[in-house]
Amino acid sequence: MTILAASDVTLPDNSGYVVAAYLVFLVLLLIYIAIMATRLGRVERELSELNELAEKAEAAERERTAA
Amino acid sequence: MYGTRLRALSIATLITLAGGFALAAFYAPEDADQGFMQKILYLHVPLAIVALCGFIFGGICAIQHLRTAEFRWDLRSYVAIHISLIFGAAVLITGSIWARASWGHWWVWDEPTLVSFLIVFLLYATYQPLRFSIEDRDKQARYASVFAITAGAFVPLNFLAVRMAQSYTHPRVFATANGGLEPHMKVAFYVCLLGMALLYVTLWKYEMAAKHTRMQLKTLRRRLGGDSAPAPRRSAQPTIESA
Repeated sequence: MTILAASDVTLPDNSGYVVAAYLVFLVLLLIYIAIMATRLGRVERELSELNELAEKAEAAERERTAA
Repeated sequence: MYGTRLRALSIATLITLAGGFALAAFYAPEDADQGFMQKILYLHVPLAIVALCGFIFGGICAIQHLRTAEFRWDLRSYVAIHISLIFGAAVLITGSIWARASWGHWWVWDEPTLVSFLIVFLLYATYQPLRFSIEDRDKQARYASVFAITAGAFVPLNFLAVRMAQSYTHPRVFATANGGLEPHMKVAFYVCLLGMALLYVTLWKYEMAAKHTRMQLKTLRRRLGGDSAPAPRRSAQPTIESA
């Protein structure tokens, strides 16, 4: 690739395409991260709830066995 | 856990990627032939390189899965291919935009680089349906690993074949003679490549953490749910049972 040497060379005005390409990438990325963050947050909340339930159930089972 | 150091990794990714794009915009000179439009290179090419490397990584994980029969390698391979497919879709979209701006067409069928990438993308697009079509979890994991290894081996072969092609219009980024990138462009390009690689690793770790958590959740729900626990559904995703 040759580098622009002279400043009077006229370049095609296609900057809109560059902006569009980067925007597409950023939008895809943001959507992906938002989906992942939402899913991960929900799953982790549910997991901690289930963990608590499991501990309670095990404690109840131990009490029943002891009695 | 896969979620450890995810915040630091995310910050590093953000800084590197933003820095790389800033270098591409303000530090790297404009190309004499394409002008400002050539700036798509700093996005499109790193995406393509990282996507292809991700497919190979998926193949390596699949080898490990067949060697050790540990489910976690199948999961790693699955996630690597999954993320690479997303990157691949981004490559095709940004490539089409660049082709439209540069050549006046959204797609050029007689260009080996474009068509070969599309072939690789479509090949890997069959990975999920292949997994879904196999009900038995062990078989699913094994067949998927064989597929990932074969397709992973195809990626560098395909790259070399295209590289050796005589006629092409697609620019060579790492050409050894009569081309290649100018030093300032190279700096910006390598920073963008590093940023994209970090982005891949970050997303891979995010996915692994999410899937791992979901699997733990399923196991726990089964433990607590007893008869009311929902029956395992047919899925393309690897599970703990497939270990």
